[in-house]
Amino acid sequence: MNNNLPADSIEAVTRGLASAGYIASQQIATAVYLAERIEKPILVEGPAGVGKTELAKALATWRGLKMIRMQCYEGLDEAKALYEWKYAKQLLYTQILKDKLGEVLGGADTLSAALDKLHDFGDVFFSKEFVEPRPLLQALEQAKGCVLLVDEIDKSDAEFESLLLEILSDYQVSIPELGTVAAVVKPVVILTSNGERDLSDALKRRCLHLHIGFPEQKLEERIVESRVPGISQSLRAQIVGFINQVRALDLKKLPSVSETIDWARVLVLLQSSELDHETVKDTLNVLLKYEADIETTMPQVTSFVAKAGRQGVFG
Amino acid sequence: MRQELHRFFRAARGAGVHVSPAESIDAMRAVADVGFANRAILRDTLLLTLAKSEDEKQALGNCFDLFFSQPEVKDDTAPEDTAESTAADSNAGDTPSGDAGAPSPELGELAQMLMARDRNAIAAALANAANAASLSDIRYFTQRGIFATRILEALGIARLRDDLDALNATNPSEAERLNAATEALRETVRDTVNQALLLYGREEAENLRHEILRNAPLARLERRQVEQMKALIRAIARRLRERYSKPRKRQRRGHLDTRKTLRRNAAWGGVPFLTSWKRRHRDRPKIVALCDVSGSVAQVSDFFLLLIHSLHEVVDDVRSFAFSGNLIEVSDILDNKPPEEAMREIMSKVGFGSSDYGGSFADFEKGFMASVTPKTTVIVLGDARTNNLDPRADILRTISERAKRLVWLNPEGRMAWGWGDSEMPRYSAFCSVVRQCATAKQLERAVSDIVAAYQ
Repeated sequence: MNNNLPADSIEAVTRGLASAGYIASQQIATAVYLAERIEKPILVEGPAGVGKTELAKALATWRGLKMIRMQCYEGLDEAKALYEWKYAKQLLYTQILKDKLGEVLGGADTLSAALDKLHDFGDVFFSKEFVEPRPLLQALEQAKGCVLLVDEIDKSDAEFESLLLEILSDYQVSIPELGTVAAVVKPVVILTSNGERDLSDALKRRCLHLHIGFPEQKLEERIVESRVPGISQSLRAQIVGFINQVRALDLKKLPSVSETIDWARVLVLLQSSELDHETVKDTLNVLLKYEADIETTMPQVTSFVAKAGRQGVFG
Repeated sequence: MRQELHRFFRAARGAGVHVSPAESIDAMRAVADVGFANRAILRDTLLLTLAKSEDEKQALGNCFDLFFSQPEVKDDTAPEDTAESTAADSNAGDTPSGDAGAPSPELGELAQMLMARDRNAIAAALANAANAASLSDIRYFTQRGIFATRILEALGIARLRDDLDALNATNPSEAERLNAATEALRETVRDTVNQALLLYGREEAENLRHEILRNAPLARLERRQVEQMKALIRAIARRLRERYSKPRKRQRRGHLDTRKTLRRNAAWGGVPFLTSWKRRHRDRPKIVALCDVSGSVAQVSDFFLLLIHSLHEVVDDVRSFAFSGNLIEVSDILDNKPPEEAMREIMSKVGFGSSDYGGSFADFEKGFMASVTPKTTVIVLGDARTNNLDPRADILRTISERAKRLVWLNPEGRMAWGWGDSEMPRYSAFCSVVRQCATAKQLERAVSDIVAAYQ
């Protein structure tokens, strides 16, 4: 597969992602396809654990590109995201070059002549050599292109969002001392958000907006199939059926795909071939992360298991 | 097809999705890439490029289905209606329609189309007429008549009427046929206009309804409005949360934090490469709310408590008290029970008595005065109608002296303050802010100002 060309159809994207172990719904595949075609970042929103970050990883694996990840948090700023001057190196060089000063200024008799000579050297200290590229700048400098993942953008401050805008729309950054650095190859940018706060319209406008929700039953079964190889078909159907029923309850944190996969792994490890309510009760803590949620679900387990069992047989 | 997309953008705006020109350009590019062949993919594409939140996706999805399931004025609906009626009456007079194969040349264009039952031509003419009448500008249901008239005029209804008169004189049976066809045409036009209203006018209608609801007096809501109002209050709470949930660290520009700067630059021998600036930290609001739940004020208190207790992310600490004859703390009830149940319980405990402000204030002073600190905003919600009992304004004065702010929200209009048994003037002397709070809009303003005072 030619890595530098965008995929020529949506099916090709689905196949490609599947080869990297990511089962994509049509909407996701369309988003990736369009992102490459019209060169726009994707903003992925959805509950935790539905595979937002995983999408970027799978995309990078499939394309054979480097993935550069930028984890956002409160207080993240330019110096940590974009670039920083290597102060220590600058300082060190000035110290070392002190001795050379005499040679450089050797011929100059007057002060103004010495200044003129110095001006030629002044810019040396604010050159590419002394810039420490942080993830965003790194992403632009990759010769083969890359997948830039800006994770949990909703955790960062509003100011950081504005900082991103230039990269998102034009794939370039402006460094006051150096000028504008444009991308060598435009990276594929994926931003993820858990919707902790509303992002600004300016940011949203520059992105394709993809919402990943909980997958449909069929799709989730396929995801489990690809992620947990040793699992029997009937157990898979039962697990997914059970989880779908749990999701209908009023819980603090609904189990998402990552929990489904973890649970499936646990059940395979425990070598259970059928879902029975004893095992479920013992392993419910893998699925639910709050005490209150477990308490809510516990009384329902038996009926859910029975229902999921029927689904496993007939559907 | 580009035309069609532009109309869809307009419909999307009608459905409440903000489609900026830049976004529409993106959508155009994307659609050019995926093509129109697969409707599911087209739908995904438009959803990806235009909608920017989950609500918008929902709205846009519905809009898409409405828009493309019934091609707006073209192929299906329009001609079918026409065709049915013409077919129905052509059964009655089969022979005349035989000679009508070549309609008399002096008939107008529209009449000829109708007589020849040319579906596609009629549909196309209708689409053109709808464009000419700029049907996509329709906003309110009251505009239906005028748009229908405009479309019919653009179709050439005047000429059709002349033709009808002429035909009546010469060929009555033909005239009858044309008449029936004309009626069918009118009906089609009405349907077209109705659908357009559904597509393009929804947002305006919704806004209008919201605006009315926001300004409706909370105390006199009809039963069916209560549910809508609760939804509105939740929306207000969400808005306030979004605006105020992050405690803003405001930089005090120009105030260098010397100690922090020295520490940070220890690695470079104290040469200050990196500077630290002093920041001012802001408290989150602490609120003590005293709500009158007697008679007429009860409903307003209900909404107020609902609002204040859905602001957890914004407000650090809320203690709520309800009173009419006496006062009890209700924070736990409100925090642990669903809203309806909580309100019912509160009402059964203290509600619907005749209010005794003095007694309730005394209860508060006895039991809960310690909850008022210099960081607290105390909110009293009530009409200050004391039933001519002792108002105990001295307690209010003590509260006001202890608290950061004392806000009084009164559901009654300013005109009524001080009339009859209202003690508002005496109380308001001790309040930092006194405002009327009878509608959702005023409620939002009041709570927003209280929270903003801490920012």
